[in-house]
Amino acid sequence: MSVDISQNGMFSRADYGISNFQPDWLNAEHSTGTSIMAVEFEGGVIVGADSRTTTGAYIANRVSDKLTRVTDYIYCCRSGSAADTQAIAEIVNYHLAFHRVELGEEPLVETAANVFRELCYNYRDTLTAGIIIGGWDKRKGGQVYCIPIGGMLVRQPVAIGGSGSTYVYGYVDANYKTKMTKDEAVKFVTNTLALAMARDGSSGGVIKLGVITEGGVENFTVLGDEIPKFYEG
Amino acid sequence: MTAVVPDIAKPGFSFENCRRNAFLAQKGYAVPKATKTGTTIVGIIYKDGVILGADTRATEDTIVSDKNCSKIHYLSDNIYCCGAGTAADTEMTTQMISSQLQLHRLNTGRVVPVITANRLLKHMLFRYQGYIGAALVLGGVDSTGPHLYCIYPHGSSDKLPFTTMGSGSLAAMAVFETRWKPDMDEEEGKKLVRDAIAAGIFNDLGSGSNVDVCVIRKNNVDYIRPFDVANVKGQKQGSYVFDKGTTAVLSTRSIPVDIEDISITPIEPESMDTSS
Repeated sequence: MSVDISQNGMFSRADYGISNFQPDWLNAEHSTGTSIMAVEFEGGVIVGADSRTTTGAYIANRVSDKLTRVTDYIYCCRSGSAADTQAIAEIVNYHLAFHRVELGEEPLVETAANVFRELCYNYRDTLTAGIIIGGWDKRKGGQVYCIPIGGMLVRQPVAIGGSGSTYVYGYVDANYKTKMTKDEAVKFVTNTLALAMARDGSSGGVIKLGVITEGGVENFTVLGDEIPKFYEG
Repeated sequence: MTAVVPDIAKPGFSFENCRRNAFLAQKGYAVPKATKTGTTIVGIIYKDGVILGADTRATEDTIVSDKNCSKIHYLSDNIYCCGAGTAADTEMTTQMISSQLQLHRLNTGRVVPVITANRLLKHMLFRYQGYIGAALVLGGVDSTGPHLYCIYPHGSSDKLPFTTMGSGSLAAMAVFETRWKPDMDEEEGKKLVRDAIAAGIFNDLGSGSNVDVCVIRKNNVDYIRPFDVANVKGQKQGSYVFDKGTTAVLSTRSIPVDIEDISITPIEPESMDTSS
């Protein structure tokens, strides 16, 4: 779902001269080695993410927001290169704002997902982006779309992504239920991300949540001491 | 008058040395490196605005090429920007964005928001895919309050209440992580920024010399350069100037130069060819 650049070791796209004093991971590309998730529930979707941004082994930002607004009812969860995903989200935001004016109503989540896909697929050779789109529209209600690295678009009732997701596929398969209530879904996302963050070194910090329903978006942050704890050996 | 017409080289990029360079690199000869500034730059948000800080050392590999360079760049009256990375890139990038912001201010007739500077900078850096080696700390105050951004060479940016950049960023961040708190007053904030830069100056080889500070408030700016001289040069204990005649002259010999011929050749100015 994402390429965790930090695990490739010393990654640098450009070999511009680096001072002898600077370790080369300081100049490595900025990446969101990440745990992200989105799940449909009865009446909307929950989007969630950890808050860690890494440059090699250094945590460049411990309170980042990887849940990015594209319209009032559609958010995306970003994983992969921070520069690439921020640029994509900004372009999609622009297209959908324009589309909303032309349409005279809120854009569909499917439309947003397809705009993302168009960019991710056309520029698949230069981009490092794994994106999950979550949103609500009046045609299909809450929806989750997933665009992994090559630019394929799939709709899923639940999606996880980022380097941390590999640790929790089993948990998601075992605990996902259709037609969860809002509280059940929030609990499910919080637990899944807590488990992923505990096992993945490039994920961590706090848990950012967004609940998107007919009424719009509600944002929550689960702080460090509120994150559920599991077996810690 | 005759003139030797030089051979005009073929236009375009010459690839003739590429194969040789690759061969030399493979044999273990290091590729030459560009001028970079090992740097400590920082920024914080405090009660009434933003405080930016920077060291003043510029390096070329292991040589300190400038002991008192300026790393806090002007973008507009209410926005300043610290630069780390390739010195030429940070200088030119901030100058270009400063010009665009000025035009934007003239077109809109408003004080430019900090988010606009952030957008312009990240767009430019993203377009160049990291080849412009500019790592920036952008700070300013606008109608919506104080803002601080951290912008990376590949074009990603973070909005933060306190941030550090450059090779001394780890030392400076250690100071911020222990002592930063929301709504600090100005004196407390300046002291914290000074100490963070000092941590970079003393613990990072790429950073050194003085501390520059820039305080941006709602209606005015204090650019203090230097804010603090972290490395005061010691006074020499004695004088090393010797009196004339300290060294005895044992013998002297002079050889006169014989001038055999003097010739002056005047050069006529050639008029410019304006026939075509």
